[in-house]
Amino acid sequence: MTTTASAAAAPAVVPSFNDPESEGRKLAIICSKGNLDMAYPALILANAALGEGVETHLFFTFWGFDMITKDTMADLKFTMLGNTATHMPQGLGGLPGMTGLATSKLKKAIAELDVPEVPEFLDQIVASGGHLWACRMSADMNHLTMDDLYDEVEDIISASDFIEKTNGAQLLFI
Amino acid sequence: MTTTTLAGHEFHINDEGFLTVPAEWTEELGAALAAQIGISMTDAHWDVVRLLREDFAETGETATLRRISHRSGAPVKQLFTLFPQKPAKKMAYVAGLPKPHGCV
Repeated sequence: MTTTASAAAAPAVVPSFNDPESEGRKLAIICSKGNLDMAYPALILANAALGEGVETHLFFTFWGFDMITKDTMADLKFTMLGNTATHMPQGLGGLPGMTGLATSKLKKAIAELDVPEVPEFLDQIVASGGHLWACRMSADMNHLTMDDLYDEVEDIISASDFIEKTNGAQLLFI
Repeated sequence: MTTTTLAGHEFHINDEGFLTVPAEWTEELGAALAAQIGISMTDAHWDVVRLLREDFAETGETATLRRISHRSGAPVKQLFTLFPQKPAKKMAYVAGLPKPHGCV
């Protein structure tokens, strides 16, 4: 189809960047795991949602706290133990040094795709407008305060506060 | 493949409206495409769009936000200000390139 240019002319198709149906869309992601391989799905999906203009909130709870605790966030690990999807004999995973080896292999594979490490990924999520929240109970259990957490965490809040903040959001539990 | 005309330029597009032949793009057309999605181009917009074109010429792939931010030194936050809501796709559209395929 050919249209002619004039003040009112538009190309036959303009991408629907401002689809009214997705207006006000919100996504809540609950991060409850501290393994390297369980951190990435949340980070990648949060980043993708933000890039689509979706208001995104992450709530870090239980082991997910490791993703935002300054002492651990750059040092998450991947283990073969209990993970049959590695298709390796489970006994191998228990040998000394195997978790370190598996972690460094996974980190390398991720870096090769130009995907950042956890702290830098969180920087990017925050720069894209994402909101990071820490779970009150997890903070209390581990005796951690805001000083122990990644600087861009907005606050330590209760589970009910998070549910309230994400009213109407789609929710992912990871 | 559908062709369409805008600001006196005829070009090929896919079903979403993205250009399918990057060589058909000119800066004049880029400005007209930007206007279609409510963006008026400033120097800062052009810096990003030109870099995207340059990167595509080198790699054959549309750069992701992270790559553009790294290469240009423009913080991700600024890219969201220049091309609000869906920066990666909007930039690619204005630059006459396919949507980025990368996840990050």
